[in-house]
Amino acid sequence: MANFPTDLKYTKTHEWIRLEGDVATIGITDFAQGELSDIVYVEITAVGKTIKREEPLGTIEAVKAVSDLYSPVSGQVIEANGSLKDSPANVNKDPYGEGWMAKVKVSDPSELKSLLDSVAYAELARKSAHH
Amino acid sequence: MLKLTPFHERHLAAGGKMVDFAGYDLPVQFHGIIPEHIRVRTTVGVFDVSHMGRIEFRGSDALKFINRMTTNDASKLAVGQAQYSVFCYPDGGIVDDLVAYRLPGCYFLVVNGANNAKDTDWLREHLFGDVKMDNITDEQAQLAIQGPKAEAVMQKICSIPLSPIGFYWAAHCEVAGVKALVSRTGYTGEDGFEAYFPAASALKIWDAIFAAGKEFDIEPIGLGARDTLRMEMKMTLYGNDIDQTTNPIEAGLSWVVALDKPEGFIGSDVLKRVEAEKPARRLVCLEMQDRSIARPHYPIMVQGQPVGTVTSGTLAPSLNKGIALGYVKRQFAKAGTEVQVDIRGRSAAALIVKPPFYKHGSRKPN
Repeated sequence: MANFPTDLKYTKTHEWIRLEGDVATIGITDFAQGELSDIVYVEITAVGKTIKREEPLGTIEAVKAVSDLYSPVSGQVIEANGSLKDSPANVNKDPYGEGWMAKVKVSDPSELKSLLDSVAYAELARKSAHH
Repeated sequence: MLKLTPFHERHLAAGGKMVDFAGYDLPVQFHGIIPEHIRVRTTVGVFDVSHMGRIEFRGSDALKFINRMTTNDASKLAVGQAQYSVFCYPDGGIVDDLVAYRLPGCYFLVVNGANNAKDTDWLREHLFGDVKMDNITDEQAQLAIQGPKAEAVMQKICSIPLSPIGFYWAAHCEVAGVKALVSRTGYTGEDGFEAYFPAASALKIWDAIFAAGKEFDIEPIGLGARDTLRMEMKMTLYGNDIDQTTNPIEAGLSWVVALDKPEGFIGSDVLKRVEAEKPARRLVCLEMQDRSIARPHYPIMVQGQPVGTVTSGTLAPSLNKGIALGYVKRQFAKAGTEVQVDIRGRSAAALIVKPPFYKHGSRKPN
């Protein structure tokens, strides 16, 4: 079964976010990596840009499909996880650790309040799995 | 309501991620498309292809009928031999692709699951003379056992020696004590077999194959790896690379189009003209020059002008490279031509290459 740490916040589009100070680390959930499977390429196109919440940070290529990564918060994109270039499978193996995708300097931390907690997200994932 | 194949409980037990495919609840993958793909390339894997349509033809006009409906020359089939073939519409568009077997007392066609009903209607509308047609899809189960160790596995449980069965030949025998038809065919580029047997004995055969293959780490393989394996060989997929808007000449399937059949076939007049005038476009192999992955419907460009469209694309697990199939205008179809694929607004370099992408398959054509 997919795992959803309780210290993270989640989006309906299957991203997770961890806030430390004013910097948020963002990736895709364990459920999302399982659905996409076999991730081969993560391209964060928004590095250096200031973006609004729900705007795309980049794209995730899996063997069978491509999908967008959306920012759960507004702010400046300060970093992409360069190690994924050589090890994209880390997203599948360790979605909340080595598989993180981007860091955003958050402009309005109160935006996190409207995100899902792990219980609400687990319910969403459960429903998505039995569409 | 989704149909279930006789192996459904085995797929669930093996952790299959199930999807609707051709109206059946089938596994798209078990533990990952890439490892499953590599399993087939290195040892052996098993595909549940029970969703394929299976249709038998009996009667004194069966050969004449098959030869009218399909593009390849079925009169060349010896008993026990099979051929890849295509059904066309009168305008040369493709109804479906198929494998035709000549068996003792009947012809046996295996068609795409998603086209089974359409094909059956199409064939029934055109029946003539002494031909009895039976769709036996639901009575039978079908497995594909593919990979360099496929023969070693199947030999343990087959009642006859398999090594004399050549590529695209078939024989009746017992598999795990169950009467079955076994052919050296597949959709992977590896050596391997397809086995057809009564649905009621399906689990007995499944379990015997997995027991026999244990020493080779045999695994069930999902539809995801089936797609990446066929793409590496430039084997076309109906609905992606071929359909009613494409003809077999432009799709690179001239080798199964017998334009010299004396009585012709449905579509032969148009296809003769296409062959004589050369098709306006051709299905080509594209190798991406960076990490990009082309997907169906992405435009293929040369110097900013559209010259074609991608029909299939993936990361090729054996090559660790993006590969794609697509149609381009004939003047751009030569191997070595540099093109670009429009990947969601970004231009990615691609090279047209000769098929197949993967050149080390264990399949040994006769």
